[in-house]
Amino acid sequence: MPTYRPGPVSLILAVLVALFLLMPLLAVIPVSLTPSRMLTMPTGELSLRHYRSLIEDPRWLDSILLSLRIGVVSSILSTALALTFSLGVWMFQPRFTAALVGFVLLPMVVPPVVSAVTLYFLLTSVSGLTSLFGYDTWLGVAMAHSVMTVPFATVLILVSLSQLDRRIDLAARGLGATVWERATRVIMPNIKFGIVTAALLSFVLSWEEIGVTLFITSVNAITLPRLMWMGLRDNIDPAIAALSVILIVITVLVLAVRIVITRQKASS
Amino acid sequence: MRGTLSDRMGAALLMAPLLLFLILAYAWPFLGVVKWSFTLPTPGLGQYHALLTDELVQSVFIRTLRIAAIVTLVSVTAAYAITVVWVRGSPVQRVLAEFCILVPFWISVLTRAFGWVALLSNRGLINTWLQSIGFISEPLTLVRNEFGVIVGMSHFLIPFAVFPLASAMRSLDERVLLAARGLGSSRMRTFWTVFVPMTRSGIIGSAMITFVFSLGFFVTPAILGGGRSVMIAELIYLRIFQSPDWGLGAAISVVLVVFVGALMALLFRYVKPKQLV
Repeated sequence: MPTYRPGPVSLILAVLVALFLLMPLLAVIPVSLTPSRMLTMPTGELSLRHYRSLIEDPRWLDSILLSLRIGVVSSILSTALALTFSLGVWMFQPRFTAALVGFVLLPMVVPPVVSAVTLYFLLTSVSGLTSLFGYDTWLGVAMAHSVMTVPFATVLILVSLSQLDRRIDLAARGLGATVWERATRVIMPNIKFGIVTAALLSFVLSWEEIGVTLFITSVNAITLPRLMWMGLRDNIDPAIAALSVILIVITVLVLAVRIVITRQKASS
Repeated sequence: MRGTLSDRMGAALLMAPLLLFLILAYAWPFLGVVKWSFTLPTPGLGQYHALLTDELVQSVFIRTLRIAAIVTLVSVTAAYAITVVWVRGSPVQRVLAEFCILVPFWISVLTRAFGWVALLSNRGLINTWLQSIGFISEPLTLVRNEFGVIVGMSHFLIPFAVFPLASAMRSLDERVLLAARGLGSSRMRTFWTVFVPMTRSGIIGSAMITFVFSLGFFVTPAILGGGRSVMIAELIYLRIFQSPDWGLGAAISVVLVVFVGALMALLFRYVKPKQLV
């Protein structure tokens, strides 16, 4: 069967775009190996001192641990909220579903800077009531991240629910299962993959969140992106290059594994 | 069975936590921001009046619209070129294209902006290389200006522009393309008169997403613009944190939301949401 394939002009243009997309990611590698304390190209000698400083400088380690903690807490919160909401939508198909889902998706479509101002208003107002979670506290950041990630988690869980056969739930219901049993023993095991994906995506989005975090933290809750931001704005610390290389390598490995797995699934 | 009392109770119990959470943590504080825009520093429409008369604010609005338009044009064109290969290429080409689209997509905006600093700054890769081959004697100013902002934002937005285009290209009937070729139309002509018009909904969706995203962009312009080509989002940040003028920052936020909302409404009049993904 003949197929319509891109011609040579298309291929050349696509290669140029691909180079453009990969170039800044490759550029950080030589910078991370510079022996200098400033952002320069290494001339001759290479050094791993910036990778060492990631481990030795407590600021980097502290912010990595803080980002992990915030990511885990906000991911659990937003996945739990998204899951119960989506189960309600799928099991009972209430009236006004479209409007309710639209409302839940708002933080995803409103410009992030406006969400940031909104969450800044929220956390500064809460600060007056309690010091536990307010402006510049890790719980406050985790809550704000949940607001930002819950629409993505909801979309993923609703999509995996939409692929589920309603008849298995009807069968369970006909056999006398309660709402709780239907949800936890029939529906949830069938959308496991969607729930895990939602939790992972929420974590990743929180882990790299910077737009909102800048507005709601100052000196205490310094997440990893926040620390990178400070290093980028003042004088540029090549440790950021070393950190970037590590993050890029992790991303490339995860994606490569995923592509190989989907290939194998497709061929078997 | 549907619509019984216990059903309604069940639905309400399951859906309430998230709705309550977002009402308390998002809707209510947003109304608070709207209130700021009308009450700080003095009650009234003073901040909105200032928006219409302040030259600085207006120049920032105009710059934002200009940068967003250029970035949209660059991103959609570039995304189109790579999506053609991702959707229509040979199996190997597809994997390579997917890799080049998804790797930057998953890497944080900070890392990507930093990569551009490493490439474009005075002592960055490009200037070092051009000087070492003797092509230039003084480093070119590629960053901390509008050029750097446009490059960095386009780089960020290309993967987002790819997805609507890819779905439009996937749903396109290949037989139409083969028919055009079979009837003697050249590659170029088939592309411009058959392929491109048939992916129009994808182009509109992709342009809209890119444009709307660019309007509220904060991190990339702040890093690559170096405070010299300030866009709306950075102006809001500066008004709230540097020259504490919460009222004006809030008023700009409200205007931005209304503007983006109007654009989205316009988009959905012409394209169905389903065609975007």
